[in-house]
Amino acid sequence: MEMEGVQLNLISKDKLDKMPSMEKLRMILENVKEGIIVVLESGLTPEEEAKLIELTMLEIDHDKFIGIEVETYPQKEKSFFSKLFGKKGGRLTVIGPANRLKTLQKQDDLITALVQFG
Amino acid sequence: MGLMLRLKKKFGFILRLFFKKDRMRIGIYGPPNAGKTTLANRILRDWTGDIMGSATEIPHETRRARLREGVKIEVDGKSLMLDIVDTPGLATKIDFHDFMKFGLSEEEAKRRAKEATEGVIEAIKWLDDLDGILLVMDAAEDPFTQVNVTIVGNIEARRLPLLIVANKIDLPNASPARIKSAFPQHPVVPISALKGLNIDSLYKSIAERFG
Repeated sequence: MEMEGVQLNLISKDKLDKMPSMEKLRMILENVKEGIIVVLESGLTPEEEAKLIELTMLEIDHDKFIGIEVETYPQKEKSFFSKLFGKKGGRLTVIGPANRLKTLQKQDDLITALVQFG
Repeated sequence: MGLMLRLKKKFGFILRLFFKKDRMRIGIYGPPNAGKTTLANRILRDWTGDIMGSATEIPHETRRARLREGVKIEVDGKSLMLDIVDTPGLATKIDFHDFMKFGLSEEEAKRRAKEATEGVIEAIKWLDDLDGILLVMDAAEDPFTQVNVTIVGNIEARRLPLLIVANKIDLPNASPARIKSAFPQHPVVPISALKGLNIDSLYKSIAERFG
């Protein structure tokens, strides 16, 4: 008997680090449009998050895809030198279709979310 | 992304330390219905006698960024010249059904949703052409939304001066303290743009932060 449920793709930091930003964002969006919940071990940079919102807006078709829900923690403050020269990485992030993933509560270090079956 | 744009994003804050502009371009950002246009109207009414645009309870009322140049603010004998950009509300999702709940027809709701998606993109593009940000949050709502986290992260990455405006403090369940604890690294000014509460304190903070 085939098991029913919601597919989760858990993507490692190693894989994410090797991917160019656009490839990463395209992969996320394609997965999410298929109804898959994507879990990123290392998350996205703020610039990538903004770009993901832009790409999402271009993909909204009002009937099948209304957008995304993103769950992530706020950035931690970094030292002066890592701010100046380092690439600011994100933290664990969950991204899903807005009609399936819903944030219930979000705190500094705890996110509670609900995933709806299709 | 072009090399110049990347350099500007990364090191623009150093230039700003040495070359102070005589006119700051300030973007008003936030999620839909936080009161961005109401705030823009309040500032313009107080200093120019004009308004920026209409504000309604229907989300995404502002779907194109609006720029008003040369707004002169005077605080404690010092004057500050601002160009103010009222941006469309940022969102990660836009569902036309939400607009139909406000009595819009399906056709109107879909058109509004399409324009709203374009507005979100325009608001993000404006981030590269600003000298400072007023981030407006509804003090009666949970501040830990992805939109707020993304805006704050992008402003920090660009090293732009940021002032968080905890709006709608006239509402009974408003809690500016919740916003302060969510973003402790940035100054927060509690106001009601609609009622004009604590507006003088906001102008003082604007002069300190952007002057």
